[in-house]
Formats: sequence, C-alpha cells, structure tokens
Amino acid sequence: MIEIEGLTKAFDTLVAVDDITLTVHPGEVLALLGPNGAGKTTTVRMLAAILKPTAGRARVAGYDVATQGDAVRRNVGMLTEAPGLYSRMSGREYLDFFGQLRGIPTPERQKRINELAEWFRITPVADQKAAGGYKDVLDRRLGEYSKGMAQKIALIRTLLHDPPVLLLDEPTSAMDPASARLVRDTIAQLRNDAHRAIVLCTHNLPEAEALADRIAIIRQGRIVEQDTTPALKARLLGPPLMEIRLAQPSQNGVVALIERTIANSGARVQDAGDGWVRYSTPDPTVTNPAVLQALTASGVAVVTLSEVAQSLEAVYLRAVEENV
Amino acid sequence: MNLEAQTKTAPTGFLPTWQHLRAMWFPVWVVLRREISDTLRDWRIVVPIIVLVIGFPFLANFAANRGLAFVNQYGASLIVERLLPFLMLVVGFFPSTFSLVIALETFAGEKERRSLESLLATPLTDLQLYVGKLLSATIPPVLASYLGIATYLLLMGLTLGWWPPLSLLLVSMTLSTVQSLVMVSGAVIVSSQSTSVRAANLLASFIIIPMAFLLQVEAGLLLFADYTALWLIALCLIVVNVLLIRLGIRVFNREQLLGRDIDKLNLRHALSVFWKAAWPRNGLKALYTREIPAIIRGMWPELLITVVVILGGGLSVGIWGVRRFPLPVEAFSLAEVQNLETIGSMVTQSGLLTSFSPWSIFLNNVRALLVAGGAALISMGILALLLLMAPVAIIAYIVGQIGGVGFNPWLFLAVTVLPHGIVELPAAILATAQAMRMGDVMLSPHEEGGGVDGIVREVGHFVKLFVGVVLPLLLLAAWIEARITPHLLLNFLGR
Repeated sequence: MIEIEGLTKAFDTLVAVDDITLTVHPGEVLALLGPNGAGKTTTVRMLAAILKPTAGRARVAGYDVATQGDAVRRNVGMLTEAPGLYSRMSGREYLDFFGQLRGIPTPERQKRINELAEWFRITPVADQKAAGGYKDVLDRRLGEYSKGMAQKIALIRTLLHDPPVLLLDEPTSAMDPASARLVRDTIAQLRNDAHRAIVLCTHNLPEAEALADRIAIIRQGRIVEQDTTPALKARLLGPPLMEIRLAQPSQNGVVALIERTIANSGARVQDAGDGWVRYSTPDPTVTNPAVLQALTASGVAVVTLSEVAQSLEAVYLRAVEENV
Repeated sequence: MNLEAQTKTAPTGFLPTWQHLRAMWFPVWVVLRREISDTLRDWRIVVPIIVLVIGFPFLANFAANRGLAFVNQYGASLIVERLLPFLMLVVGFFPSTFSLVIALETFAGEKERRSLESLLATPLTDLQLYVGKLLSATIPPVLASYLGIATYLLLMGLTLGWWPPLSLLLVSMTLSTVQSLVMVSGAVIVSSQSTSVRAANLLASFIIIPMAFLLQVEAGLLLFADYTALWLIALCLIVVNVLLIRLGIRVFNREQLLGRDIDKLNLRHALSVFWKAAWPRNGLKALYTREIPAIIRGMWPELLITVVVILGGGLSVGIWGVRRFPLPVEAFSLAEVQNLETIGSMVTQSGLLTSFSPWSIFLNNVRALLVAGGAALISMGILALLLLMAPVAIIAYIVGQIGGVGFNPWLFLAVTVLPHGIVELPAAILATAQAMRMGDVMLSPHEEGGGVDGIVREVGHFVKLFVGVVLPLLLLAAWIEARITPHLLLNFLGR
C-alpha cells in the first residue's frame, strides 16, 4: 500500500529526509518516531504528495507521489500536525467544504459527517437559546472549539472520504484521556476493518507501542531502526530481564545459586537486592523452570517470577543515542 | 458520479465535455464560495468596506457640490465638471485598495493560521486552488468598487442632476474594474510568495503606489477629456493583468508555500550568485570570447523582441507623430548651424544636455540605460523597451519632418545619427535586451532558472555586459557624437 525506496528530500543545502526505504502493508500500522526536526513531517508530506521528493520514489495506494500527485491525494487521508481549522466556519460547514472538495455526493456526505460526529462523540450540548434546549456542536463556530474538539474535527476531515491510506501526525495531541483512548480504538478499528495502511507520527511512545505493528525510528532524516517492537527491544535492550521476588529478604547464597544454575544457558544475573534478584536470559522457557527448580530444592520460597517490562521509551532513547 | 470519476473523464473531442468542465470548475467554485463566505463573516473587513462604499461617496458628493458652488462664482464650472468623473474613479478606487487585504490574506493568511496544509492535501490541482483563491479575492473589490461608483452617481444625479455620458461611464467602469483586477492579481502573487500577512502587507505598497500614480495620470486625462488615452490605459492594464495572472500561475508552488525560508534573505548567497555572474572568471580574453557571447546567446529571444519592438514600434510612433503633429517649416531652419560653438549652444538650449561634450553625452546615455534596467525589473521588461523606443520614435519623427519640409532626410540621418548611432544603437539594444531578460526571469519559476537566484544572476549578467561591452561602446559613440558629428553637420548641412 505504501512503498518507499531511497526517498530523499533536500531543501537547498539541508537534507531533511535522506534515503529512506520503507513498506507499509494493508492492515498495518507503522509508527514513525523521532526527535523534533528528524524528518517525520517532511516524509509524511511527501507521502501525501504535498512535497516532491528530490530523489528516490514512493508509491501510495498504487500511485507515484511525484508524478500522480492528484491521484495520491484522492486516496490519502492526512491529519496535519496542527488542526488548522477555519475559525469563522461551523464544524458542519468545514467538514462539508472538505467533503465537497473530495467529491463526495451531498446525501452521502451529510450521512458520513453525522456518523463520524457520533462516533467521535461530538454530541449536542445544552443551550438555552437553541430549540429544544440543545445545540448541535457541529453548528458552532470552530473558533469556539476546545483544542481536543478541534483535533476531533480534523480527524473527521481526514476520514471523511474513507481513504485506504492514513497519514496521522500526532492524532491524540491536546486530547483528554478518554478522547485519546477513543482515537486509539478508532485507529485500531480502521486498520482491522478495511485493511488500511496507516502511518502514525507521534511522540507518545506508549500509544505507538499499543497501536503500531512496526516501529521506524528516524533521526536526522535517516531511518536508524525499523522492526516490530519486540524485535527492537531484543536488539537494542538485550535479552528479556526476569525478576524473582523471594518470601524472605536477604537469603545468603541465593544469588550464587542462581548464577550456578544459569551459568551454561547464556543468562546472567544483572542485579540483586533485599528479597529480589534480576537476571537476563535469551531463552526464559529453559532458564526459568531451571531456576525455580533449583530454588525450591534449596528450600527458598519464591513469591513471583516475572518479566521486567522494557519500555519502548528505552528502545527509542537507545536508538537515538546510539546513532548520534 | 464523484469527483474522482469526473477527474478521470478526459475530453474525447475538440471541446471539453460537461463532466470535464465540471470536474475542473466545481472545486474552484467550492473554494470561491468558502472564501467569499469567510470574508463576509469578518466584520473587520466588511465594516470598512461598507463605510468606503457608502460613506465615501457622500463625502465626494459634498466636495463636488461645494467645489461647483465655489467655481461657479467665477464662471469656471468646466473645471469642476471635469473633476466630477475623476471623483467617480477615486470613489471606485478606494474600496478596491482596502479590499486588497483579502487578496493579501489568500495564501499568507492560511499559512499563518496553519490551515493551508490540509487544503494542499486535498485533490485540488495547483490551478484550481490558485484560480479559486484569485476569483475569491477579485469579486469583493470589484463589487465594492461598483457599489461605490453607483452610490456616488446616484447622489450626484439626485443633488446636481449630473449623469455621466455613456462613453465616460463605460471607460470609468472599465478602468475601475481593470485597476482592481491588476491590484488583486499582484496581491495574490505577493501573498503566495510571502511567509506572513505582515510581509505581504509590506510588499503591497509596490502595488498601491504605482496604481495611485496611475490614478493621477487618469485625473489629468479626464481633465482634458481624452477618453482615447484612457481606453489605451485600460488596454495596457488588461495586458498587465493577463501577465500577472500568468506569472502567478507559473510561480505558484505548493512546496514553497509550506517552505520555511521564502522570506529569508541570504545576502551572502545572493552576493555569491551576483559575483559569479558579474565577475570575469577566466580573464579578459575569456570574457570576450566565451562569457559575453554566452550571455548574448542566452538572450536571443529578448534581442529579437527588442529589435522588432524598438525599430517597428519607434518608427510607427514617429511616422504617426509626423502625420498627427506636423511642424512648421520655420522650425527646421539650419541658420544656426554656422560653426561648432553654435551647434553646441543649440544642443544645450534644447535642454537635453548640460554641455555638448563627450563626457556629458556619455553620462546621459549611461543614466538612461541604467534607468531602463531598473524599470525593467518592476515592469517585467516592458518599460525598458518603451524607454528605448522613445528616442527611436523621436528620430523617426524628426527625420520625417525634415523630409516634409524639403531637406534630404537620408542625408540628415546619415550625417547626424548614423556615425554615432551605428555604435550607440547596438549598445542600447544589448542593454535593453538584457534588462528585459531581468524582467522575464521574474516570470519564471525557481526550477526554470527564475526566483531570487535567477534575478540576481541576471542582474550580474547585466553588470558584466554593461561594463564589458555597453560602456566602451557608449564612450566611443559619445566621442563620435561630440567630436565628429558636428563637423559632418557643418560640412553637409551648414550654411
């Protein structure tokens, strides 16, 4: 659905995007992570056929971004970094305007706007002056909207024409937790329902981890890491880290016992404290039972044995720092 | 059928199909409608326009009434009667200048509010977006202008019983319309090339000031009731408007609209481009054998246009002048062509030169060609051509008159113009053609050698050509004109 090969964008002497190669399949979410100014927005703008690549090629929904820009833009829904709404228009007029530009026939357009407004819970609000005591939020001027509401309108604009490719730049920024959750659910559903290819640019790493099938980390215009989250964790943070919590604190010889048990499996003790020991192991299915067995045989009471969660943040920081 | 399907419907015959036309124009209409509706909701724009459209005609009407009452005391009512149409033009001009804020906002405002990117991400083509914005910026000023004129005429009719003749009304409405169109087309270009509304507003003075000067010229013509000249101005403005629209569409670049550094002035880079273009890179020999010939080869279309326009146009204007304004025989008395001193004093008395010396002639010609170069930059090359056309027209006029009063015009031409003209004219043609090229570059997009770099490069080439070729030729021509031509004049045409 999105095929990028050697994509490069230079502005005079500044190379904003440098030789990027990526593929996003239908039904897949790719999270594009990177520091500010890394080239995420430039990449997305090229995929939306707003900017022309300096070198390389990209096909989006089967169309070349450099030579078939109009067709690309018809098939892409792009959520821009800033909602950028027209403050003197009402929400309904604004969406209607973009629906018309997308060529959606009037009845279908109205239906779609209402459906999406309902989905994003843009519901009528109490208004004493309005008929029935309620006023449709969509009929209020966009200048009166909160940041979160404005972001929802921008999202509806992006989804209005039901595009097969979505490019979402910070989709949950400025949203309250409930709305952000709603947007995340929507993205997950969009991916599964219609096999869309979605590129998600975000600084929200838990969100990226929750939604993305693959992560691409971009730094100074170059992709420095690209893989699934577990694979990235394994590659950048080493083997999984296990933690044993013991029933009694400070038991002499426990660390030595664990070290002896795991010595030949490639695992090693990383850290220990009062009543806990941490070790890393390339194969927990072999190491963990062996450790438990050894401890039980020695009469050491084990409360829990669990994997220490390694965050995407650690992966991201490692990737960015390693490539400085 | 949705837009996607419509856009894919290509015209099969010579004429575009209804679907094709609709696919092209419907998005333009959608953009136009939104922009107009947005403008009408902004009280900061609407209120001043209403005041100018309704309030200002009252003021103009009051001034006209008082003026007429005053001059009637002295029986000079003609003056004010001739000024009434001018006030009509002014009443139409003011609302359209204020409405320029709409045009200046079109792209720069959207960029500033960060709403442009979502618009650029739609399937709108560059042409649809530009035309939609241009039309939306054009309609309010033109309508405001018409409304202002209508209010003024109504008031004048009711209070003074003055209704303009149809010919005057037509020319005034045409002028108001084309002036608005030119200003809007210029302002939309400025807006599409600026990063902020503030920058666009600063640049807008380059549009308003020349138009205000033009209004004064129109006032003078109205005073003499010279409607033919006013129609010619309208025609010129239509040509300028077409050029501006063409320029706007050509240089419109959605990529640059989102770029961050359009307004950034990189003086060091500009100087480097200028230096590279102006300075001989490989010594004097290479300058005359490679660099200057390369510049001349690069500007052959401008050279061709210059030669055709200045010779064709200059001769035509000169011949027209001979027929329209024939001079009496006495005007061509060569009684004063007695010796070198009298020839010198004839020239200085004409006011063309302060003294009849090579240096004075040289400086005068250099000044004229430099002014032509500067004028070319702000007129897309047109003024440079007109400036060079003027002396050719004058020479053709004089030679024509000479023939008409019994002298041999070819002898006169051969004696007074040919010796220095054979050197001076090529120099002037080269300088003008390069000046025109500087103007042409402004019409070209960045990727086709235009943009700021292109302009700076062509200014550099102008300097190289001017210093390397034009100045030496002008110096030689001035020496011939001051030292040889008077002798020839004395020998062949003296008493």
